[in-house]
Amino acid sequence: MHLAYPAVLAVLLFCVGVYGVLARRNAILVLMSVELMLNAVNLNLVAFDVWLRDVVHSGQALTLFTITIAAAEIGLGLAIVLLVYRNRGSSDVDRLTDLAEPPEHGAPGHGDGTASGAGAADGTAADQNAEATA
Amino acid sequence: MNDTLDVLLRLVGVLVVFLVFPLLVGQTEHKVMAHMQGRLGPMYAGGFHGWAQLVADGVKFAQKEDVVPAEADRRIFQLAPAIALLPYLVVLIAIPVGPDGFVGQALDAGLFFVLAVMGVGVLGSLIAGWASANKFSLLGGLRTAAQLMAYELPMLLTAASVAMAAGTLSLPGIVESYHWWWTPWQIVGGLVFFTAGLAELQRPPFDMPVADSEIIFGAYTEYTGLRFALFLLAEYAGIVVLCALTTVLFLGGWHGPWSDGLGWLWTLVKTAALAFVVIWLRVSYPRLREDQLQKLAWTVLIPLSLAQIALTGVVKVVIS
Amino acid sequence: MNHVAAHHPGFLSPTGVEITFVLVGLATLGAALLTVTTRQLVHAALWLVVALGGLAVEYLLLTAEFIAWVQVLIYVGSVVVLLLFGLMLTKAPIGRSPDADSENRWVALGVAAAAAVTLVWVVVDAFRSTWVDLHGVVQGSSHATGESLFRHWVLPFEALSVLLLAALVGAIVLSRRDGESAGAGSTSGTGKEKS
Repeated sequence: MHLAYPAVLAVLLFCVGVYGVLARRNAILVLMSVELMLNAVNLNLVAFDVWLRDVVHSGQALTLFTITIAAAEIGLGLAIVLLVYRNRGSSDVDRLTDLAEPPEHGAPGHGDGTASGAGAADGTAADQNAEATA
Repeated sequence: MNDTLDVLLRLVGVLVVFLVFPLLVGQTEHKVMAHMQGRLGPMYAGGFHGWAQLVADGVKFAQKEDVVPAEADRRIFQLAPAIALLPYLVVLIAIPVGPDGFVGQALDAGLFFVLAVMGVGVLGSLIAGWASANKFSLLGGLRTAAQLMAYELPMLLTAASVAMAAGTLSLPGIVESYHWWWTPWQIVGGLVFFTAGLAELQRPPFDMPVADSEIIFGAYTEYTGLRFALFLLAEYAGIVVLCALTTVLFLGGWHGPWSDGLGWLWTLVKTAALAFVVIWLRVSYPRLREDQLQKLAWTVLIPLSLAQIALTGVVKVVIS
Repeated sequence: MNHVAAHHPGFLSPTGVEITFVLVGLATLGAALLTVTTRQLVHAALWLVVALGGLAVEYLLLTAEFIAWVQVLIYVGSVVVLLLFGLMLTKAPIGRSPDADSENRWVALGVAAAAAVTLVWVVVDAFRSTWVDLHGVVQGSSHATGESLFRHWVLPFEALSVLLLAALVGAIVLSRRDGESAGAGSTSGTGKEKS
């Protein structure tokens, strides 16, 4: 098989993942896009491992490690997202801007949503979450 | 040409098993439950002791109207039964029945394949619960997911223990290297595997996700007619797969007296005996509450399976 | 052809493998595109299942069997179930969510397209005349993978188990409510199933 096939597929999947991470607003959808990027890397690793006929199978071993880390990452990520959702009533990454510098020239759109959100009561915990998500 | 024919015949055989065995288990459940409760069970359909009851049920289900709730996510709602059912069909391909290639397709990593594909089936009830647009269904779906997460782990750990003992991941290979003393050696693992499997199938006493007295019928509340029948079929196919897997992994599959000629019969007998136990448990035990169910998995089954792995490792090192 | 390769009856000629790879790849790519563009949250997760399953098939075609089944077990069996679980707990609606995409999607599209063009050009240029030999020994049988993993990669493997333990503890710490004080403020009825 031509090596370009898996390589190009991996590149395209990775770019789809990049688009998803940048364009999505819901934190869980962002996590899904991250999974796509990780999988693209895995495909590359496997393809090059098979191509190089590596004696120690570094590509496949690394793929297994990546899959494990991805599983750990998704568990932690979802725990954080659920905590944020529980505190804020929303998993919208665009609105978790409590720790950001307030807009200088009065761009009103973003600031309002967070200030009126449910997070006012338990401020410190919510701030930590926003930090973790960011 | 011969290869293709061989593969075709095997696939047809698997399909026949898939269509017949779950019905046999279902019929047995009707009769066994009835007799355990001092009833007769179905007696009319088909004449002799109601043998055709499930056929009649199937005809009845097929005649019913296929209702999709107005608020439901139509396509996913209709897709869910297929997702719940098909993995079990795929799993059956890899389960060996007798020696010398009496198996749909021997796979190098058969154990992994089987466990991986079985996990997919739960997606069916999960998305059925979500797509029904019904809070009871959603609760059922969530409980299904939580249950899967809790019980998948001990199941995988005990399966890993068997793989360690046999030194292979191929299912026929595992049965090949079986000795009689494996059963006492792996008995804890076997019990944990069987229990966790029951929980994954949501069979009583682990049927909290479909607890009919509190959330109607869980994820399947909104289903009618043939699609509902498919979910039921998935449950019974799951029983067949679970019992066959436990037989292959822990009870030595085709090993037994006269196993040269009658190996396949031994597998079937052991599977049937386990299926009887499944039915027996349904009649005997009350349903576990949700927190009891999670507690059982995390505080009993997982430590037990870890202990089993440690034991397997120690014995393996000692005898080698 | 040794006995490991004998499990693959060779229905497909080498070109057949290539054609299958490209077709499955197109399906995977399409599913991935739908994952990041659909406005229905749960549909995104289901398209992700298709994409990940397609990748498992690609691994099989590249003769990395073990990785393929691990992919199905971990991703389709666990990660997607967790994602769906998360979507349900955050009350994903049936039907379209208007706020699934943020306003900077055109910028994102530009970045992704630029990256795609650059990388595809580089990759194609670099590997124009490279061929993967898929004949002979299966590269990723469970035997081969296990041997390399436990002979050459033991230390990373053990380190990874520590990482998993840390992640487990972290997830538990994050998702438990400390006492009644923190839990009283948020009135989510769904916390029960999570704990």
